[in-house]
Amino acid sequence: MKHFLIGLALLTLVPVLAHGAPASSIVTVQIRDYAYKAPAVTIHTGDTVRFINDDNDAHTVTSTDGLFDSKGLDTNGVWDHTFAKAGTFHYFCELHPYMKGTIIVKDVNG
Amino acid sequence: MRRNDFLSHVAWTGSGIAYTLSGAGIFTGRALADAAPATQFVQISDSHIGFHQPANPDVGATLKASVDAINAMPVQPKFVVHTGDITHLSTQAQFDDARAILSQLRAPLVALPGEHDVLGNDFKTYRTNFGIKDAEDGGWASWDDGGVHYIALLNVFNFEKMGLMGNDQLAWLKKDLQSQYQQTPIVVFTHVPLYALFPQWGWTTEDGASALAMLSTFDHVTVLNGHIHQIVTHVEGNIHFASATATAYPQPQPGTAPNPGPVTLPHDQLLHAIGYRTVRLDNGTAGIEQHSLG
Repeated sequence: MKHFLIGLALLTLVPVLAHGAPASSIVTVQIRDYAYKAPAVTIHTGDTVRFINDDNDAHTVTSTDGLFDSKGLDTNGVWDHTFAKAGTFHYFCELHPYMKGTIIVKDVNG
Repeated sequence: MRRNDFLSHVAWTGSGIAYTLSGAGIFTGRALADAAPATQFVQISDSHIGFHQPANPDVGATLKASVDAINAMPVQPKFVVHTGDITHLSTQAQFDDARAILSQLRAPLVALPGEHDVLGNDFKTYRTNFGIKDAEDGGWASWDDGGVHYIALLNVFNFEKMGLMGNDQLAWLKKDLQSQYQQTPIVVFTHVPLYALFPQWGWTTEDGASALAMLSTFDHVTVLNGHIHQIVTHVEGNIHFASATATAYPQPQPGTAPNPGPVTLPHDQLLHAIGYRTVRLDNGTAGIEQHSLG
């Protein structure tokens, strides 16, 4: 049961309804034990990924292509990024570059 | 005491121990009371001002204690070098706090950036606050003093590839070394280890081998770095490497934990695991004395 709850906490989808627009979601990725606990996440355009640093050290969420950068995320820090375009986006931690993750964004109308 | 045992002992207690790297890569320890007094410079590192976790709830206080101890030395060093990670998240407020403490040093300060000082690849804030005087456009520098050629290299560019110096800096280094005699003692400062100390944790410099190939032709080369928050020594030919403890908190020894990161110790043990070190050069050989805060 404990593992099930932890699993739920790692990746949470929260639909957000806008006026007349397709529902967008907030996907949560926890950062803990020097890892992105959902290293590969698939979302749709317009969705937001919320990164929460639950580690005892600072981290970043930095695009390998320079498209986004959380800058320093201290312990308990939270950073949201909304993905407007479809594609595959790789990111890493600027402070611990062996930490890597991927966001796959599919076209909401596709 | 076996070499590994001695390394471990120094890394976690440090206080009152002097060690000297010999040409054969063997180093000897002795009590500080027997050490020669002619300190040429002092190295401090990894202060992480802004860090506020249990591993050290007051990193400002431990940096201040280091500064006070250095200022109390009866003969002041020619300079104090900070080998990076002055701040934890490179905010202006953290740089302000660090400067308030480090500006109290009686000796001149030379400060290199760590990756924590240039988050977002922003070198401007670091250079505005702590940039090396008379540095090259890229921020790196060299100078001569007392027959020794000192080089401050920046190896925190493009940290996705671990430490990186880049071609411009390597080209400058090649030209800089061409003006030096083979017998001139060379002391190099970096933040990240210049060799592959433990790449799995980012403790390496991607293009470090190029720099080391240039340095390998000199008779006496000492490379002093920070980043890993502990003493690790290494020898490659005539190049002697010695990483430094932090003023903030220790990290695990390579491969002894799932990850690097702050190690939380009881306060008295923390003070024994952090501090500063004094360095003197005798005939090109660096004698390094570790001083803990406990």
